[in-house]
Amino acid sequence: MSRRTGRTLLSLLAVVVALVWVFPVYWMVNSSFVSNAVLQQFTPRFFPGEYFTFANFQSAIADGSFFGALGMSVSITLIVVAVCLGFAFLGAVAISRFRFRGRTSFVLALLLIQMLPAEGLFIAQYKMMSSVGLLNSILGVSIIYVAAVIPFTVWMLRGFVAGVPAELEEAAMVDGLSRFQAFMRITFPLLAPGLVASGVYAFLQAWNEFTVAVVLLPAESAQTLPLWLRGFVQASATRETDWGAVMAASTIVAVPVIIFFLIVQGRMTSGLVGGAVKG
Amino acid sequence: MSATSNGARIAPRRTGVPYLLIVPAILALLLGLGYPLVWQFITAFQEYGLAQQFGKAPDWVGFANFGALVSDGEFWAVLVRSLLFCVVTAFATVLVGVLLALLMNAIGRAARLTLQISLLLAWATPVAAATTIFIWLFDRRRGVVNYLLDLLPGVDMNRYDWLGHPLTFFFVASILIVWMSVPFVAFAVYAGLTQVSEEVLEAAQLDGAGGWQRYRLIIGPMIRPVLSIVLLLQLIWDLRVFAQITLLKDAGSKSGDFDLLGTYIYKLGASANDFGMASAVSIVVLIITLAISWVYVRDLLAQDKETR
Repeated sequence: MSRRTGRTLLSLLAVVVALVWVFPVYWMVNSSFVSNAVLQQFTPRFFPGEYFTFANFQSAIADGSFFGALGMSVSITLIVVAVCLGFAFLGAVAISRFRFRGRTSFVLALLLIQMLPAEGLFIAQYKMMSSVGLLNSILGVSIIYVAAVIPFTVWMLRGFVAGVPAELEEAAMVDGLSRFQAFMRITFPLLAPGLVASGVYAFLQAWNEFTVAVVLLPAESAQTLPLWLRGFVQASATRETDWGAVMAASTIVAVPVIIFFLIVQGRMTSGLVGGAVKG
Repeated sequence: MSATSNGARIAPRRTGVPYLLIVPAILALLLGLGYPLVWQFITAFQEYGLAQQFGKAPDWVGFANFGALVSDGEFWAVLVRSLLFCVVTAFATVLVGVLLALLMNAIGRAARLTLQISLLLAWATPVAAATTIFIWLFDRRRGVVNYLLDLLPGVDMNRYDWLGHPLTFFFVASILIVWMSVPFVAFAVYAGLTQVSEEVLEAAQLDGAGGWQRYRLIIGPMIRPVLSIVLLLQLIWDLRVFAQITLLKDAGSKSGDFDLLGTYIYKLGASANDFGMASAVSIVVLIITLAISWVYVRDLLAQDKETR
């Protein structure tokens, strides 16, 4: 077998793998546009074709709980993104622009904390929030999310701050700026991509979070979007499932995330497996 | 850039500024994680059940909660099941991820881009949506998986209830998690592969190294650091699969045979109100995670030093 045919075969294999891998996402979107009566038939429809409909989306948001859940998710996400970006930015500047006693321990603690599973703490967090009356509240869940998201955002931003050579600031200081002025005029404008990437990371974490939300938001009136989606799955245990509506609901939850994810993806891989900085 | 050029020169004098800068982050961490952690350590050594919910002061019981765990068959079953599930799923993820990374490295640009876009879409799907999709794919009556398998000659999968039996339940859970996690592994390892320099490979080829030898002697050692990091991350992540297991159980069975550590703790704490025991199990989970994380963090810091 020549090298060329080998390469062609491998390319074919890659395309087949790509189709298999994307199939669940395709199936979600496809099912969300096929009328439910057709989904209930034994033979699946692989294309909506003549049965294309928006009815599933209408029935997904029909009972009104969708907008409440959307409001919860948006409020929590906005708080988490804003607070995390502010706090993490300060922390990242501290560890990448200063050498101080305890710096290594701080970095080490951040990395270890980031690994703590929600499952190992959520019962304690539940007790804490219930004892101060913050169950089912935006504030209670936001406090936990901020603590969970800060470590990685500090680590990620640290890479961006360190990526701006300190020599640039030094040059500005020689020209008579104070250290703070030099930082704000030279380094800060160069950090915009880092702030966007970290902000999107915080957004994804808060928007997708399921585990802590199950524990801290037990009331139906306090659902976030992932919990709202869970409602459809739970309902399916007791009555005939409207799979069209369920997949429409999944699509609604997934699409904004997929778009934002594509923006930030490269940074997340390198942040998790390395120093997130190529000096 | 060397580590020392990064600011050490700017701040020759001792200053309190960096401490002020990290105070907000530390306060947020103490509030959201520190306090619950301390409470949990205390409660793990207390009798803390329904009576305490209604105001009775908890009694110190020493290691009694842990003793009760050690002699509890269900705890051991859940622990062994979780570890087994975690190890099998993590290794399967890394294996498939590495194979896909090697594939990406061996093909042309168009095919690679197709594969990468497909992987990105899977990676981007939120866990709640992904799990819901898999419940639909494996639905016993109308699921497309049963339909397709049934088309194979000699296979009768009509109405097979995947989520009704523990073995197939965890098989579906494992496939779901592999599907979600492989993209990260594939991209990370592929990034590592692109760092292997062409010159070195050509030199090896000139020296007579065959295809397999080039993989084993050059590419293998060069991507080993990335491999060990992604494997550790997968092991840590596959211990925390509360979301997937909870949703799959919603659609399947409520029985304890389908519990992993996360859902087991939830049951002990939020449903049975036995906070002492729930805290004890949580601490077991934290200790396992920290033990694996320690290796990861050490690797990460070592790499960080090298790349800077």
